[in-house]
Amino acid sequence: MAKAPKNKTPRSPAENPDFALHSLQEEFEKNKRFDASKEQMQDFYEQMLLIRRFEERAGQLYGLGLIGGFCHLYIGQEAVAVGLQSALTEKLDSVITGYRDHGHMLAYGIDPKVIMAELTGREAGISKGKGGSMHMFSTEHKFYGGHGIVGAQVALGGGLALAHQYNEDGGLCLAYFGDGAANQGQVYETFNMAALWKLPIVFVIENNQYAMGTAVSRSSAETEFYRRGTAFRIPGMKVNGMDVLEVRQAAEIAFKHVREGRGPVLMECETYRYRGHSMSDPAKYRTREEVQDMREHRDPIEGLKKTLIEQGSSEDDLKAIDKDIRKVVSEAADFAENSPEPDPSELYTDVLVEEY
Amino acid sequence: MAIELKMPALSPTMEEGTLAKWLKQEGDEIVAGDIIAEIETDKATMEFEAVDEGTLGKILVAEGTENVKVGTVIAMLAGEGEDVSAAAEAAPVEDVPGEGKDVGRPESSGEGSEAEIAKPAKKTGVKDPEIPHGTNMQTITVREALRDGMAEEMRRDERVFVMGEEVAQYQGAYKVTQGLLDEFGPKRVIDTPITEYGFAGIGTGAAMGGLRPIVEFMTFNFAMQAIDHIINSAAKTNYMSGGQMRCPVVFRGPNAAASRVGAQHSQNYGPWYASVPGLIVIAPYDASDAKGLMKAAIRCEDPVVFLENELVYGRSFELPELDDHVLPIGKARIMREGSDVTIVAYSIAVGLALEAAEELAGEGIDAEVIDLRTLRPLDKETVLESLKKTNRMVIAEEGWPTCSIASEIVAICMEEGFDHLDAPVTRVCDEDVPLPYAANLEKLALIDTPKIVKAVKSVCYRD
Repeated sequence: MAKAPKNKTPRSPAENPDFALHSLQEEFEKNKRFDASKEQMQDFYEQMLLIRRFEERAGQLYGLGLIGGFCHLYIGQEAVAVGLQSALTEKLDSVITGYRDHGHMLAYGIDPKVIMAELTGREAGISKGKGGSMHMFSTEHKFYGGHGIVGAQVALGGGLALAHQYNEDGGLCLAYFGDGAANQGQVYETFNMAALWKLPIVFVIENNQYAMGTAVSRSSAETEFYRRGTAFRIPGMKVNGMDVLEVRQAAEIAFKHVREGRGPVLMECETYRYRGHSMSDPAKYRTREEVQDMREHRDPIEGLKKTLIEQGSSEDDLKAIDKDIRKVVSEAADFAENSPEPDPSELYTDVLVEEY
Repeated sequence: MAIELKMPALSPTMEEGTLAKWLKQEGDEIVAGDIIAEIETDKATMEFEAVDEGTLGKILVAEGTENVKVGTVIAMLAGEGEDVSAAAEAAPVEDVPGEGKDVGRPESSGEGSEAEIAKPAKKTGVKDPEIPHGTNMQTITVREALRDGMAEEMRRDERVFVMGEEVAQYQGAYKVTQGLLDEFGPKRVIDTPITEYGFAGIGTGAAMGGLRPIVEFMTFNFAMQAIDHIINSAAKTNYMSGGQMRCPVVFRGPNAAASRVGAQHSQNYGPWYASVPGLIVIAPYDASDAKGLMKAAIRCEDPVVFLENELVYGRSFELPELDDHVLPIGKARIMREGSDVTIVAYSIAVGLALEAAEELAGEGIDAEVIDLRTLRPLDKETVLESLKKTNRMVIAEEGWPTCSIASEIVAICMEEGFDHLDAPVTRVCDEDVPLPYAANLEKLALIDTPKIVKAVKSVCYRD
């Protein structure tokens, strides 16, 4: 990483010491892993494991026909949502994402029962069964969805950030999107306005290497996604999205920059999804070995487990956590299976708020 | 407890498949992530991955078996310390609950019937507020009325702001936002780059975040770039979230043909937006409605598409001088009472319909003219009431005929007003072509008063 030369007239924005394009990454490079307490680490572990077990069960329920339509699992990417969202200020900051949204909901501590019941399309679901896997929201937690059109959440996130700025509430918006969405035009329209207006937003590209079945190198002229903000003077950060402590550390740096009123940050989290794009994806575009290699060497949960054990947690303690989580997930699945479907009278409710 | 491995559904439409191959054998240790079997669907061969750990017990469906129904137990998995043989037998699955099947709700005979699907009650008896006797009337252009409506609401509610191309320093491409920057400053009157998709999304997101944005499109032709946010993000959010997340945004700007600007700048999007559940669509004609409905739109908790007309901006009308002139959304207005025939119109066509009615009066035909004002929800009661009285109807619309608001009114009259019809309901629309530039061709393509007069005479059997 080139350092900006001091005491010299900058020749380009990148060399301008006041220009932040590289400064965040440089700060991040100094110390990449968040200095978490044992409790924090255990929290991260539990949250990631909850997402993993929840998604495994969702996959099973899909196989049983209890979940219909499209169902995009977050398995493999857990460290991204957990690392970032643990750094948010609760009830202040807002989050928005695409259709692979179960993990982000769970990272908020939203009851797995109402999430699973939404997946099965039941009236107890968080969207009363009307949204489904891709359309879940919790305004209580300032989680704004859950959007099915690739890239739309980026512009909407810009609007949430505008609301933070307009209300001068000190909050920021965390807008997640994938490497596929990163090629959508509206993403760059939003980058432009966000940088122009110094909106408090962190754009997070969850680069899981495949846009549905197309590898990043086959769809993107620039595969170093953190550089994609350069044309708009948005500083970029490249983060190992398979390490929750790295993600959390990056979040600390990015959020500080944004909260200081210095405009948006673009963070690329390199991650990997173990499952297909959606449940109906046979995943023939990659080898079995590639997936297995990721699972064995890069898994975010196994990685943190190693750190926890090094720091004195016992295998038994961690097994007990897994057991508890399996129970929570089983209860959520039972609830989702046994809750009634929405009443037919709900068909025409919620189309409009007011009566005319 | 032994775990049943069931034939998985691997796509939204899969009902059965072929168990192509077992990759694990009875007695094999299984860890999560192992591929146990290959299953062929109509689309692809999929790998069946283990989620749980254990030992594979009895295989109940042999490889090569075709037409295995989703949900059938295909093998048993014994957990830690369990006897594999105990996990051998499994009861066949009776029924697999899933899509379209009713789950967890007691059977009822009339379920899903019309009686049970309660449609929302339409507010009845809603009228425009009475204008107090002696109220001063001012003459004002539609352009000024729209601006005044926005300014009043911005004074009333801090959350209201305007964004769009040239709305601030330039004072509006069509001067509708004139003076707003001076009064409210750049925080609330925001010039955007030329980037409709992006700023429509930002406006929509700001509404989700609790603000009250007015998003101006320089014309609705450019909103085509942004229509995804209007429909997918704004209109559907309240429903998809089960009523949790509102989106009170107003998308506004000139719509339909202007003058000699060619095909790409001359289209009426009324029917497009009016077809979308979750949107309110307003298309006023005169200054009073423009102001009163603009104020209502801004206060509305639902997303609104507010369609103006460039050719009408400069026209002057009488407007009552009231402190708070707000009109009801979803209510048509009878512009002229008549008994022989009804002309239904909206936006610029209302002016043409009124001209036609004057001309027809001279020939002894007493026409009633209805301005729909709101295209969604459509005030069909007022339309049908008028039909009941006149028994004849013509719809005048400055827009294409196919799948138009006019078509919709025809359908409503057929379904709900058939017994009152003395003549076929007739559409008078633009010609079914992209709008030409040449002055003579443009004139031929657009709706005009003589075309309305001719159609009215035809339904009155007076030609």
